[in-house]
Amino acid sequence: MTSLDHDVTVPDAAPSGRSGPSQPILSVRDLVVHFPVRGRGLLGRTTGTVHAVCDVSFEIYPGETLGLVGESGCGKSTASRAVLGLRGATSGQVVFDGQDIADLSTYRMRRLRRQMQIVFQDPMASLDPRLTVHEIISEPLRIHGLHTADRARYVAELMRTVGLNSEHGNRYPHEFSGGQRQRIGIARALALEPKLLVLDEPVSALDVSIQAGVVNLLEDLQHRLGLAYLFVAHDLSVVRHVADRVAVMYLGRIVETGACQEVFANPAHPYTQALISAIPIPDPRKERARRRIVVSGEMPSPTDPPSGCRFRTRCPLFANRLDETERTRCQREMPELAERGQGHPVACHFAEAVPVL
Amino acid sequence: MSTEATAATPAADETADETADVLVVEDLTVSFPTDDGLVQAVRGVSYRLREREILGIVGESGSGKSVTSMAIMGLLPRSARITGSIRFRGQELLGLREKELNRFRGSKIAMIFQDPMTSLNPVHTIGYQVAEAIRAHNDVPKAQARRRAVELLDAVGIPNPGQRVDSYPHELSGGVRQRVVIAIAMANRPDVIIADEPTTALDVTVQSQVLDALRTARQETGAAMVLITHDLGVVAGQADRVLVMYAGKPVEIGDVEDIYYRPRMPYTLGLLGSVPRLDASRSQRLLPILGSPPSLLNLPAGCPFTPRCPIAQDWCETEEPVLMDATSPRHSAACHFSENLAGVRPHDLYAPTSADARTPDRPDRPPAEAPTGKGNLP
Repeated sequence: MTSLDHDVTVPDAAPSGRSGPSQPILSVRDLVVHFPVRGRGLLGRTTGTVHAVCDVSFEIYPGETLGLVGESGCGKSTASRAVLGLRGATSGQVVFDGQDIADLSTYRMRRLRRQMQIVFQDPMASLDPRLTVHEIISEPLRIHGLHTADRARYVAELMRTVGLNSEHGNRYPHEFSGGQRQRIGIARALALEPKLLVLDEPVSALDVSIQAGVVNLLEDLQHRLGLAYLFVAHDLSVVRHVADRVAVMYLGRIVETGACQEVFANPAHPYTQALISAIPIPDPRKERARRRIVVSGEMPSPTDPPSGCRFRTRCPLFANRLDETERTRCQREMPELAERGQGHPVACHFAEAVPVL
Repeated sequence: MSTEATAATPAADETADETADVLVVEDLTVSFPTDDGLVQAVRGVSYRLREREILGIVGESGSGKSVTSMAIMGLLPRSARITGSIRFRGQELLGLREKELNRFRGSKIAMIFQDPMTSLNPVHTIGYQVAEAIRAHNDVPKAQARRRAVELLDAVGIPNPGQRVDSYPHELSGGVRQRVVIAIAMANRPDVIIADEPTTALDVTVQSQVLDALRTARQETGAAMVLITHDLGVVAGQADRVLVMYAGKPVEIGDVEDIYYRPRMPYTLGLLGSVPRLDASRSQRLLPILGSPPSLLNLPAGCPFTPRCPIAQDWCETEEPVLMDATSPRHSAACHFSENLAGVRPHDLYAPTSADARTPDRPDRPPAEAPTGKGNLP
C-alpha cells in the first residue's frame, strides 16, 4: 500500500527492548567530550577545560527507549550530539549497528546517518520558516537521493503517519500549532527510515494537553516501526512514562542506570532520590504528604568539577549522615558506576536503595 | 455589565464580607487592538483572594493567566483596553494614575516574574536593587536599607548573604537570582504577592528550593499569593484554591481538592488526564486533548472548548456557559453538562490516542488500536 510498507519490514510485534535481540543498535563506550576554554586576546590560549561528558557508556537495543535524564548542564545533550557525530568526542567509542563511527569515511558516515536521526526541542527553531512542510519533510530524501519517483506520495504518507492532514503539505510551519510543528519534525526524522531516533527534549516546549498526544505518537511509532529511542529530557515524569531503561547524569557522569521501573521504585544514588522526590505529583493529598530529599545549592561549574564524587558538594548523605573517614573517601575516590547490591549499577560509595515515591 | 475603567466608582464602602478579601477582581476584560482585529486576551475574570490564601491559576499558554496579573499590576501597554474592576482592600486600582498606582506596586502588591534575568537590572548589584525596593517606599538611610537587604537575602536562603549582596545578577545562578527577586518582593511586606511561573525556567531540585523561599516569603510577610503556573503538580502542593483558565475565561474554580478530585469541567479533566504522573502505572497511556486552543481573535460564539470537548453538543456551539455552582458554593464550573461529570474520571472522557485533531484525514482510524497489519500506520 505504501512505500513505508516494503522498506520497513517490521513484524507486527516489534522487537521490544526487554525481549529483543541481543545485538545493541548503539553502543557507547567511555565517551568523553571536553571543550577548551579559551582566554581573551589574539592567541586565545586554552585556559581551562569544560568537562561536559566524562566516561559515559550505554547501550540501546532495537525497539528500546533509553531515557537520558539530568538537569540543565549535566551533559545529556552534548552526549547525544556526540553519538550522532554532530560533535567530536575527545575520546571513547560510538558503535552503531556494529560499526565504529570514528572509523568511517565521510561517504560511509553520510550513509550511516540515514539510520540515526534527531528531533529537536524547539520545533519553531528547527524548521525552516521559508520552506513548506512538504519541502521540509522531503529535504532529507532529496539530499540522500531517495524516493525520487514517488516522493509526493511518500511525504503525504509520512504526514499521515505522524497524525497530520496530508493535504496541508503546502503550508508553512507558522500555520501550524506547536504540537503539529513537532509532528513535522518527527516526520522529517522518519523520512529516511532510521533505526535510531535521538529525541532531544521533544515535548518540553509543548503544553501538557498537546504533549500527551506527541508522547503517544512516539510510543506508537516505536511499536510500529521497531525504532530505538535515545530520549533526552529533564522531565522525569515523561521519561518514566516512555523509557524502558534510564540513565541519570550529573555533571557529565552517569550516576545511576537501570530498568526504568527499578530506578524509579528503588533509587540508590542520593541524587536520583532527590531528583525523584522533587518532582511534584498532581494530587494534593499525596503531594502534601510526601517526604522531600532536599539538595542544597546548585550544580558546580563543569570547568572545575569537585574531586572524588562530583555530587558530594550537594549530597544530603555526605552532609548529614557520613562520618569523617567516609567523607574523605568521597573526596578522594571517584565512585565507579557499578553494581553494588542494589539491583542496578550506581556510582555512590554508600549507595542504598530508598523508595521515595 | 462591566464598569468602564475610567468611570470606576470608589469602592471603599463595599459590603462587609469583602473585608476578608485582600484582592477582588471582578469581570475583568482585557483586549488588544491589532491590525487583524481585537484580540480578547481576558474575557471576564472574577476572583476573590482572601487574607493569607494561595490561589493557583492554571491554564495553557495563551489562556490569559499572565495578562490578568499584568492588568492588576498596571503593567499592560497603553493600547490595552481594560474593563471591570480590580480592588485592593476595597480600593479600586483600575483607572488610577501611574503615580497613585506606585503607592501600591511593590509595597502592597508585589510581583515575581518567570525570568529573573529580565526582572533584575544587570548594571546594579543585587544589594542595591533590594535596597532600592525598600527605599522606594520607606524613608530610610542607605546603610539601614542595605542591612535589611542582607537580612532579606538570608531569609530566602541565599548562602553568605553578606558577600553575595555585592554580586551582580550575571554572577549568580538562575535559582539564586529568582530568590533575589523573591527578596525584593518581600522587602515591603506586601499583602499580596503575584508569582507568574516563578519556577518554570528552573531545574526540579532548584524548583523545590525556590518554592521553599516563596513559603518563607509568605510566612514572613503574611501575604496572600496568586500563583500562576502551568504545572499541575506545583499547584497541587501549594494552592488553597485553584482557578482553571481557558481562552481568557475561568472555566472552573474551587478548593484545591475540588479541582483535583471532583472536577466538573471537561477541560480540567483533560488537563489532569494528559499529565504523566510519577504515581501512575507506567503502562497507562496518556490522554491528550485533541486540537489546540482557539485564536482569541474573533472568537466564535458558544463555549470556546467545544471543538476539543468530548461531550460537546450542538447547544455548546451557540451558548457559552457561565460559572455555576458545581459541588458546593465554593466550587463552580462553566459547562452545560457539569452535573453529568460527577464521578467521571479522565479516561471515561478522553481516548489514549496519538492523533492530533478530532477530524483526522483518515476518519476510519480507530484511536489507539493495536496494529492490524503491516504498515497500517497510526
